Amino acid sequence: MPALLELEQAYLKARKDRRFQAEFQYYLKHYVGRPTPLYFAGRLTKKLGGAKIYLKREDLCHTGAHKINNAIGQALLAKRMGKPRVIAETGAGQHGVAVATVAAMFGLQSEIYMGTEDMQRQALNVFRMRLLGSTVTGVDAGSRTLKDAISQAMRDWTTNVGTTHYILGSVLGAHPYPMMIRDFQAVIGRETRKQILSAEKRLPDHLVACVGGGSNSIGLFHAFIKDRKVRMTGVEAAGLGIESGKHAARFAGGRPGVLHGTMTYLLQDDDGQVNLTHSVSAGLDYAAVGPEHSYYHDLQRVQYTSATDEEALSAFDLLAREEGIAPALESAHAIAEVVKLAPRMKKSQVIVVNLSGRGDKDVNQIARIKGVTL
Amino acid sequence: MSNRLDQAFARLKEQGEKALIAYIMAGDPSLAETEQLVLELERAGADIIELGVPFSDPIADGPVIQKAAERALRSGTSLRKILATVTALRTRTKIPLVLMAYYNSIHAFGESDFCRAASRAGVDGLIVPDMPPEEAGGLDAEAGKAGICVIYLLAPTSTPDRRAMVARRSRGFVYYVSLTGITGAKLTDLDGVKKNVENIRKATTVPVAVGFGVATPDDAAKVGATADGVIVGSAIVRQIGDHQHDSRMAEHVGRFVRTLKAALPRCAVA
Repeated sequence: MPALLELEQAYLKARKDRRFQAEFQYYLKHYVGRPTPLYFAGRLTKKLGGAKIYLKREDLCHTGAHKINNAIGQALLAKRMGKPRVIAETGAGQHGVAVATVAAMFGLQSEIYMGTEDMQRQALNVFRMRLLGSTVTGVDAGSRTLKDAISQAMRDWTTNVGTTHYILGSVLGAHPYPMMIRDFQAVIGRETRKQILSAEKRLPDHLVACVGGGSNSIGLFHAFIKDRKVRMTGVEAAGLGIESGKHAARFAGGRPGVLHGTMTYLLQDDDGQVNLTHSVSAGLDYAAVGPEHSYYHDLQRVQYTSATDEEALSAFDLLAREEGIAPALESAHAIAEVVKLAPRMKKSQVIVVNLSGRGDKDVNQIARIKGVTL
Repeated sequence: MSNRLDQAFARLKEQGEKALIAYIMAGDPSLAETEQLVLELERAGADIIELGVPFSDPIADGPVIQKAAERALRSGTSLRKILATVTALRTRTKIPLVLMAYYNSIHAFGESDFCRAASRAGVDGLIVPDMPPEEAGGLDAEAGKAGICVIYLLAPTSTPDRRAMVARRSRGFVYYVSLTGITGAKLTDLDGVKKNVENIRKATTVPVAVGFGVATPDDAAKVGATADGVIVGSAIVRQIGDHQHDSRMAEHVGRFVRTLKAALPRCAVA
């Protein structure tokens, strides 16, 4: 708790500090490569025959996903707090790679915790993190995925709090994390707003993003929350199907509970034990969801739906073939929703979907699923 | 002075003794054995028993207790069944029993229902390691109504303001965590423990017990020299894990606990 209070104080001060913000913007522009394009997916639009589809190209960020926006922000904060070591959890490996990257760039020592199940699914990213100079530590407890990696990172942080900052990767955990990470990711929506106003001279009708912890979706949605006419859909992982019980769709199968220091929708049994989850995409494979999403869910400001492994895989193929863009399997869940949504909308309407990451990291796994030996 | 925790500390003080608080994971390896173990621990000299409630994601615990929680969950342990075990134990022992539960177990049960059921079963105290006092208003009130002591944790990193607030809120005893870290880690900073325990005493008259990192009779002796009680968890749980398939497991554990109690310093009776 004292660690969280220290972090909150440091962040609230940094948030108001022009120098901190200027430094953050500098790295977003020159290191991450922002602003990322808002790309009109003409062939996909034509193929689906409905609303115009724009892709917010977070996959073009340095390291291949939106995760680096937050990693830069928190690494700058760690430096301000005088902490020479950073740790992180990772599911798909994208956040781990982002942290390993910024740690290298800022000269911080780093250790990344990853479930052993995820290490196997994302072997390429494990190797990338090690190449970047990070220690990757496997977590062989519980479901051996993201939630266990978070638990282990929290244990490390508790133990080494004097020297270490924990760079949590999504809008999860105890305050101030969900707020701080949302702030660092909100650049996605701010850029999108400007870009769509310039391209279409109006706001979009619908925003779509996948929701694991929910940082890319909050990042996109946040700048539009007050625009009541802009509808928003968050897409969870339905895994093998909601009825199979093997999924990570918290709003479909969960109820409020407390995990990792936050009260939110949680997949749990009658006794409050956290359920094992399943998704083809490691980044969506988590039993809880960011608390701000629970809030928007209960307010009915954002609609939450889900896509199965199969739908995500076929959306991956579709985007690769129609647009020459291989999405991360996480982002492919958002594309799967667009496949259902766009044909039901008018041709004059506009959808923006957050393409939160690129799919290079998933190529091996997709080959395995398709039975192809590389 | 109605509850068993206050009575136990008062009696120990009169006798010039320090409290040995023994932690075991309820349901590890089964609830039937937990019942047996509680009685054995009492015979071996434990003054208070802490019963862990197994949770799927125990973020405050090290590997020894994580594994115990997994064993307990595999044996079908739930909070309801633990309360049934406590009810059964209450026909045979008056030893103070404290539950250590992660908040989601209580939330799923319902705060008010849980506190009433726990009180009826004969639970005396409650530790919720992932519930900071700032967020505990509701649970505190329900526990208070049910006559259950809520015991809060203080850490070496706690600021003076926080120390005062937590000490004021704790009932039964204050749980001082001897190190920044998780259960089962190694105790290193005895001077720090001494200083912090003295500071906590300035803020409250409630007894101070020290846990995390107390593993050997030697640790117990050193920590017992400053605190009113010592809490030993992982070291006992490790014995249970090592002897889980042994029919004389409880005896092994009892023998170890006797060495802990014997090591605790005795002071001149006031």
